[in-house]
Amino acid sequence: MTAPAETAQDRPSTDRIEKRVALRASRSRVWRAIANAEEFGAWFRMNLDGAFAEGAAIRGRLTHPGNEHVMLEMLIERIKPEWYFSYRWHPYALDSKVDYSSEPTTLVEFTLEETDGGTNLTIVESGFDQLPLSRRVEAFRMNDRGWDGEIKNIVQYVS
Amino acid sequence: MSRSRGAAALRVADAVPVFAALADATRLSLLGRLSVDGPLSITRLSEGTGVTRQAVTKHLSALGAAGLVRNSWRGRERVWELDRKRLEKAKWCLDQISAQWDAAAERLRAFVEDD
Repeated sequence: MTAPAETAQDRPSTDRIEKRVALRASRSRVWRAIANAEEFGAWFRMNLDGAFAEGAAIRGRLTHPGNEHVMLEMLIERIKPEWYFSYRWHPYALDSKVDYSSEPTTLVEFTLEETDGGTNLTIVESGFDQLPLSRRVEAFRMNDRGWDGEIKNIVQYVS
Repeated sequence: MSRSRGAAALRVADAVPVFAALADATRLSLLGRLSVDGPLSITRLSEGTGVTRQAVTKHLSALGAAGLVRNSWRGRERVWELDRKRLEKAKWCLDQISAQWDAAAERLRAFVEDD
């Protein structure tokens, strides 16, 4: 058994989620799983309709049973081979009747680092502060301090 | 990941009245007071705030309609307190996406380590 993905945040952030995971696989293996659209789709559970290239807009259909109707669009930003891959998307674009194109996107970034035993992968999704709803949702996220501390934070945050 | 993203989307609609109620500095500061000192009466809540009792009453009604606070009688005095259950429901968003990334990262691990 290996340790689960670690939430790498020293303090609660309203804008980003960061995960660090140590993988027992070579950097080139991990890179292929992320930067190759077919392999990405295999573990992410999404059928993608094209290859990843900077500037490309790739549509994907979720393959998880019960969610096959859900289409997501990935706007590929940067591809730095074996090191960095980023794209933007709409984090809650699940209603096929709604046009999300004018709404803010979040940025998802994968960064690879070679280690002795394999590869350290960091996944960051950021830009939640630009989503007016989730800005306030996140402010109410629970943490160790519980609600009293959390509400004080919110009051400071908004005042 | 897809299942929980779907669940998250369904709960957006439920959450809207909560965020509408929270989108006000006076109401947030009332929640802050109730969090630290509550339960409190309207008289106590309006003390030293520069906000009239009538305005406090109105804001508490808005918070109550969103299920964020509730009131009860303490002796002859009506007091207001946080409804923490409802507040907890309002926290779904990033926690949920965070959990989705945990699950996705584990699927990626299985994918690359099982080669």
